[in-house]
Amino acid sequence: MQGLLRVVSSTVLVACCHVFSPADAEDQVSFSRDVLPILSTRCFACHGPDAAQRQAELRLDLETDAKLEHSSGVPVVPKDPDGSTMLSRINSEDSEEVMPPPETGQTVTVEERKILREWIAQGAVWGKHWAFEAPVRPEVPRNGTVALDLLVKKKLADHGLQLSPQADAWQRVRRLSLDLTGLPPTPEQAEQFANNPGTEQWNALIDALLERPEFGEHWARMWMDLARYADTKGYEKDRGRTMWPWRDWLVQQLNQDRPLNELTRELLAGDLLPAATVDQRLATAFHRNTMSNDEGGTDNEEFRTLAVKDRVDSTLQIWMGLTAGCARCHSHKYDPLTQEEYYGLYAIFNQTADADRPDDAPLLSIPGDERRLRIEELEQSIGTLKSRLEHLRNQLESNENDHWTAFVPQRMEAQGHAKMETGQAGVITVSGPSPERNDYLLESAPAPGSITALRIQALIPDGQKNAGVGRNPGDPNFVLSELLIEIIPAEGSPRSVAVQRAKADFSQRNWPVQAAFDGDLKTGWAVSPQMRQPHAAVFVLQQPLTISEGDMLRLQLQQRYGNSLTMRCFRISVTAESAEVAERDLFAPGVREAAAELAQLENQLKQLRSAIPRVPVMEELARERNRETRLHVRGNFLDPGEPVMAGFPEAFPIVSTVAAGGPGRLDVADWLMADSNPLTARVWANRIWARLMGQGIVTTEEDFGTMGATPSHPELLDLLAVEHRDNGWSLRQLLRMICRSEVYQQSSIVTAEHRLQDPENRLLARAGRFRLSAEAVRDQLLAVSGLLSLHQGGPPVMPPQPAGLWRSTYNSEKWVNAEGDNRYRRSLYTYLKRTTPYPALTTFDAGSGEFCMIRRIRTNTPLQALVMLNDQTAVEAAGALAERMLAQPQEHRLIWGMRQALIRPVSAEQTEPLQMLLDDVMQEFEAAPESAAELLRNARAEVAENQPAAELAAMVVVAGAILNQDEFLTRH
Amino acid sequence: MAVWERLVSVLEEDCRDNRLSVSAPFSRRTLLAGLGGGAGSVGMLSALRAENAGHFPGTAKRVIHLFMNGGPFQGDFFDPKPGLTKYAGQRPPSANLRTERKTGGLMPSPFRYRRHGESGLPVSELLPQTAKCIDEICVVRSTWTDNPNHGPALLLMNNGTILPTRPSMGSWVSYGLGTENANLPGYVVLCPGKPVRFSILWTSAFLPGSHQGTYINHSSLSPDKLVPFLRNRDSERERQALQVNLIRRMNERHLQRSGPDTRLEGRLQAMETAFRMQFTATDAFDLSQETRQTRDAYGEGHFANGCLLARRLSERGVRFIQLYYGNGQPWDTHNNHHQASRDLSRAIDQPVAALLTDLRQRGLLDETLVLWGGEFGRTPTSENGSGRDHNHHGFTTWMAGGGIQGGMSWGETDEFGFQALHNRVHVHDLHATILHLLGMDHERLTYRYAGRDFRLTDVAGNVIREILQS
Repeated sequence: MQGLLRVVSSTVLVACCHVFSPADAEDQVSFSRDVLPILSTRCFACHGPDAAQRQAELRLDLETDAKLEHSSGVPVVPKDPDGSTMLSRINSEDSEEVMPPPETGQTVTVEERKILREWIAQGAVWGKHWAFEAPVRPEVPRNGTVALDLLVKKKLADHGLQLSPQADAWQRVRRLSLDLTGLPPTPEQAEQFANNPGTEQWNALIDALLERPEFGEHWARMWMDLARYADTKGYEKDRGRTMWPWRDWLVQQLNQDRPLNELTRELLAGDLLPAATVDQRLATAFHRNTMSNDEGGTDNEEFRTLAVKDRVDSTLQIWMGLTAGCARCHSHKYDPLTQEEYYGLYAIFNQTADADRPDDAPLLSIPGDERRLRIEELEQSIGTLKSRLEHLRNQLESNENDHWTAFVPQRMEAQGHAKMETGQAGVITVSGPSPERNDYLLESAPAPGSITALRIQALIPDGQKNAGVGRNPGDPNFVLSELLIEIIPAEGSPRSVAVQRAKADFSQRNWPVQAAFDGDLKTGWAVSPQMRQPHAAVFVLQQPLTISEGDMLRLQLQQRYGNSLTMRCFRISVTAESAEVAERDLFAPGVREAAAELAQLENQLKQLRSAIPRVPVMEELARERNRETRLHVRGNFLDPGEPVMAGFPEAFPIVSTVAAGGPGRLDVADWLMADSNPLTARVWANRIWARLMGQGIVTTEEDFGTMGATPSHPELLDLLAVEHRDNGWSLRQLLRMICRSEVYQQSSIVTAEHRLQDPENRLLARAGRFRLSAEAVRDQLLAVSGLLSLHQGGPPVMPPQPAGLWRSTYNSEKWVNAEGDNRYRRSLYTYLKRTTPYPALTTFDAGSGEFCMIRRIRTNTPLQALVMLNDQTAVEAAGALAERMLAQPQEHRLIWGMRQALIRPVSAEQTEPLQMLLDDVMQEFEAAPESAAELLRNARAEVAENQPAAELAAMVVVAGAILNQDEFLTRH
Repeated sequence: MAVWERLVSVLEEDCRDNRLSVSAPFSRRTLLAGLGGGAGSVGMLSALRAENAGHFPGTAKRVIHLFMNGGPFQGDFFDPKPGLTKYAGQRPPSANLRTERKTGGLMPSPFRYRRHGESGLPVSELLPQTAKCIDEICVVRSTWTDNPNHGPALLLMNNGTILPTRPSMGSWVSYGLGTENANLPGYVVLCPGKPVRFSILWTSAFLPGSHQGTYINHSSLSPDKLVPFLRNRDSERERQALQVNLIRRMNERHLQRSGPDTRLEGRLQAMETAFRMQFTATDAFDLSQETRQTRDAYGEGHFANGCLLARRLSERGVRFIQLYYGNGQPWDTHNNHHQASRDLSRAIDQPVAALLTDLRQRGLLDETLVLWGGEFGRTPTSENGSGRDHNHHGFTTWMAGGGIQGGMSWGETDEFGFQALHNRVHVHDLHATILHLLGMDHERLTYRYAGRDFRLTDVAGNVIREILQS
């Protein structure tokens, strides 16, 4: 009894899943429409592409095999149902014989048996799954729009239905604007069209909207879903990742209407294009959106292979509508993709340099035009400043300070026959032979008086800009190992003078100026890497030295490092000023200021450079570093099977020529976009259609395989596919073709007949009516309230969200509610953290960016209403709209507000309930001013001059009601 | 007071309004729902509780579905199979059943069984706490489903069909019985993450949109984070009531202008539920209101928290509560099964026992049906040496409370626990029984859509009367 019930049950299911079942079509059984679904669900698990599960070496997915003699007979004998063993096995009463075997839990229903029998009787004409045959343009007029309308009308007529009348002009403008740009029009734009709603004007409106910069932003969001875009890396730690330059690139490409085939090449393999530009390399960040795991103790190879698999799966799903993921572990049971073939594609994607490293390498620096300009400016200023500084440092006479006196030696000695000469202003130049080590001995009788400090300036001779301060041209550094100072009194014996402290303008790391008087000849003062600019050091004496008439001062500059690291040009001065004054003046006046300015600019440059976004991109490993690809047994990366060659699935062969070294990512792009690929054009046309109609011609946008839904309008789908491909894969062209159609422009009103005959609107007797996407809901709130910032691009922003949602266990990343412009940017710029996505968006079904999201399933829960009632953005939008309403003449306020939100003419009568609400609530607020103030504070609404707060507060409540209407949230 | 007077007049108007014109199914319970749905009626409505609107008096008023997503192995818990040890490593003909992937010889469950309670039913050492409640539980050992793949099996268990998109069981129950508490969604789905197939598992499909499950990720516990937008910016609730009421009236007008639409109707209800949730959800989701003793009884971890939330929600009259064990499909143990099963059991044992005990102590168990199980079971044969594959031929689910006879087992699997043999219970039978306990005839709980009457059990399903309390 139960068995019988089950049979009936399945019949009903089959009748329903094929909206247009064979019963209502012509008598001819169609293999792909009628037979294949039965074979694939009932038989392929054991007699299909998966060799591991195959029974009796029989494949019913291959015509040749099914019509071949097997041990138990020929499964399918054309025109001879009774001689076909497939049928006799299915019909068998013997539990050992019957197919499918009872233990599979599968049964072929009575209805299905009839179909199979009829099909064999008609000759068992074979074919492929409909989606695996190349699309052919149906025989319809050349004009795509006309053809589209014709095909829809034909199907409607078959069911005794017709298109709905054209929707009114206002509604059409709102629909078109939301569909193409994700933003509503202004009432003025709609009114302008409504005043002159001709076909020409409609077409011009389409073109104008397609040219809006907001067009690219809106359609980029669809791509971002597909690309699993996010601003963090995912998994447990979920640290930040710089992906936004890719998002900006994407918006730009869409606004330039880049053809899909070119985009595909760049997204998958931009780095491999000849002389790849920065933009083309940036494009490949597309597949670096895969998650990576920074958690300690995880196996990087595990997450690298997961990322590569994700790239294979996402690529097949986005372009070809194939669910390949199951072939990671075993051959696909329903579609022609074996596990080996899966890993053949995997092998192609397996050769990129990224490896789940914490730094996400390889990274591409994207300075951006503005930043690049600022860097260049800064570099120029730094150059100018540097030469000015050098000039200042070398400027000896004119800027010489009064309190320093040049120490002009009366006796000079250098070792190794080096020659020393005194020049202008006490500058001493060393020339001639240059021994490895050298001690300079200098003696002079200073003017009588006091000496508190002594200064050494290492200089660069004029006119030798590229030279350094040392004598070794290969390493023009010096090392002052020890400075010895002696006083030789006119009477008495020489004694040495101790240095108390010293200060240099610059010291080499580990070679401080203090080492020049530490008594250790192995240490000293040196100036690398700044040896190509002048330097100076001041040595403050332990005790001020009193010089009497005839006292001699003897200095020894011991330079014992070797390698001729000795000074080539220097000057020594002495002073009687205090230590503080002495130390201030290492160089001439102006140098200190200039040096400080230089340091500041250099710091700016450094910061600017470190702020350059560095985006993860694809980079191919060098041939010799290529990884060997082996099949992962049961999908387990630790259980490698046979080696696998890079290649394409047999069912979808590549027709273009592949380089000698085997196929690469560029070949994947060409393979996907080839005219011979039966799926790509259909999948994309269906995807775009679904965005405009609310659902695809194939409702399972993610699955065009044998388990996917059958198309409601196969010919229409093929028309769209072929047009899209032949129009050079232009998104704008496809949108133009659809939006110009009668089908698109018809009314969305549901009649009783619709509800009865076609509740799901599969036949398109009316326009789609659906709740706006998460982003459009928020963007529209901002737009109609006047808060929206149209600023494009840049790092993600953090509009207000409920406090405390971000848990930053691992790093200092914080959610700080943005102020100003960034509070009101379009939603695609909202920071998307994979583990904590923006709740107001996810509540309306936006994704988390963890995996490729082919379509969003629209849900409807009280939580959405909570967002609309209480989200900070919604409340501020009500506040801003209320302010704008109050700025209107009193009698127009409510009408203006309604028109602003709903984009339709509003009569005074329609605002009556709002007026009642306004009056009631205002009275209340008058009695409770603190309550009004609280609401206004929350809504950030500001009371204008001479305006009662109660009035504005009441208007905020009214505006909130306007913005919560279903009509506002719905595209219709 | 002006506002209040207005509210009353609006309410009266609503009663006069011919809301039946909106759509027939929507308005089947309209008068009650219309009153209950009137947003202005916050204060008045607590008195108006929905009566059980089923076909006959049911024993259960609500359901808590503990969903072990991924599929637990039946032989590890309530269905001892000594045959496994005897034939370990072998693959006798009766164990030669086909599942999703290739499996090898029989792999015994290493967990020891002991008899428990007055009933003396065997429970394995993996569930020492749950074992103490065995006299409340009816173990259905002979459950079976149609397909060994996760997607179809999840859909069958949740939506009664392997094809998307049909209304989920929770939606049917909510549709059939209405809500017990207008201040909370009638159907709540808890999961610390996202189960495979996600929202399609709690969709209302063509049923009115208000019966869709409200999904709440309970990985964070503070009520603000569970339901992030509860805080109203206007402190005066009557004022907002007026606003919400007005919105509803405008929405209805829009609906009448544009033609029937279940989704729009659903939003209409959602707005009002949302409005009320502002005042009740914080309380319902706030586990900090529980005593230390209760918190300790449930233990720690997301599943313990989920069980406790489920009890709080059922106390407040939420009709259908689904608690998914975890993100993805944690019970899908294709590798290293024994250890995984041990860990997973540890995470559920104490919370499940605490939930049953707690419901019993509060007098709620008799009217609350607790259902435990996965989308299918696992193979007694080994996959890859240490794992177990999906098994749709036979597996264990159990039920407790709500009129179920405790301390009994129903049905039998073969000597290895592979296939249900005696008193087989198909998922449709399970659904029929659940609806029956709730006072609904699964053959009469229908919805006309696209020219045909739909049911949760399609054209199958038999109530298992033997496991009901007489």
